[in-house]
Amino acid sequence: MSGPDNVRHPGWADGVEGGPERLYVVTAGRSSSSAPVVLDLVTLIVSRGRPERATQPEHTAILRMCASPLSVAEISAYMGLPASTVTVLLADLVHGGHVEARAPVPVAQLPDVELLEAVMHGLRKL
Amino acid sequence: MDFANSEAQAGPQVQDALPASARSAVKVVVVGGFGVGKTTLVGSVSEIRPLTTEETMTQAGAGVDSLVGAENKTETTVAMDFGRISIDENLVLYLFGTPGQERFWFLWKGLFEGALGAVVLIDTRRLEVSFSVINRLEERGVPFVVAVNAFPDAPVHPMEEIRSALDLPDYVPMVRCDARERASSRDTLLALMSYLHSLTTAPAPERP
Repeated sequence: MSGPDNVRHPGWADGVEGGPERLYVVTAGRSSSSAPVVLDLVTLIVSRGRPERATQPEHTAILRMCASPLSVAEISAYMGLPASTVTVLLADLVHGGHVEARAPVPVAQLPDVELLEAVMHGLRKL
Repeated sequence: MDFANSEAQAGPQVQDALPASARSAVKVVVVGGFGVGKTTLVGSVSEIRPLTTEETMTQAGAGVDSLVGAENKTETTVAMDFGRISIDENLVLYLFGTPGQERFWFLWKGLFEGALGAVVLIDTRRLEVSFSVINRLEERGVPFVVAVNAFPDAPVHPMEEIRSALDLPDYVPMVRCDARERASSRDTLLALMSYLHSLTTAPAPERP
């Protein structure tokens, strides 16, 4: 099957980092952090330290808003920065021990039955 | 695009804060063409006003990637609206709406990794986008259900007619929904969960 939308755009590739110069400056020129910190859009971030321990305004802002757990996607939304940029900033904070990163529930090819039952139970209460 | 302008905010309102006990999250992706009602669906079940996260896509000249040449690059910003449902004191479900058009598939890489599954939201008046989306999800092995959004001015087709038009295998559940209604959006998510549940507990259905 095919649709009219089925045209390939060869210039588009998966996972290409980049952005306006502003983002380049915010992340001090790095497109990824030095050591791998795996952060998903739904990794929950919680501050460990007080905001004044951070060195740049973006770090301080993140530490403030993560007094309660917040996903990477929410941080991106509240900061008005792309998720890829926020991920670089968060990797610094994780390395510095300023925040705790709570990984998403691992989902293999198919999710765990108990996890699904918990989600269904939660949805039925809505 | 079907999302509001993002506004940088200082952080969540007090009432939007998750409890400290929130230990981990899961995600579900709602995918469909523009104007099909993704954000409406997300917003109707979300406990927070839908938020927007952006990703920037750089289309650079072949083989050249330097900051000096930045003015020659084409920047495209794609936004995804998302919402949140606290399942219990430990578990949080995030719902991401993402455009189905092939040129936005670069977003899918991180999005579908670890996702429980997807809801393909369709408007029967514009099925075109759905074909490539359904193909792509099948290729990636992402389990999904198809939700037919009820637009007041859209003709109502029998489900089997839509299934046939989409060339959708029998094992993929189809539901009708009204994305504006919380209960209907919730039931759509429940249909996905039931389907996933059946996949985990029953022998795998025959898939091509």
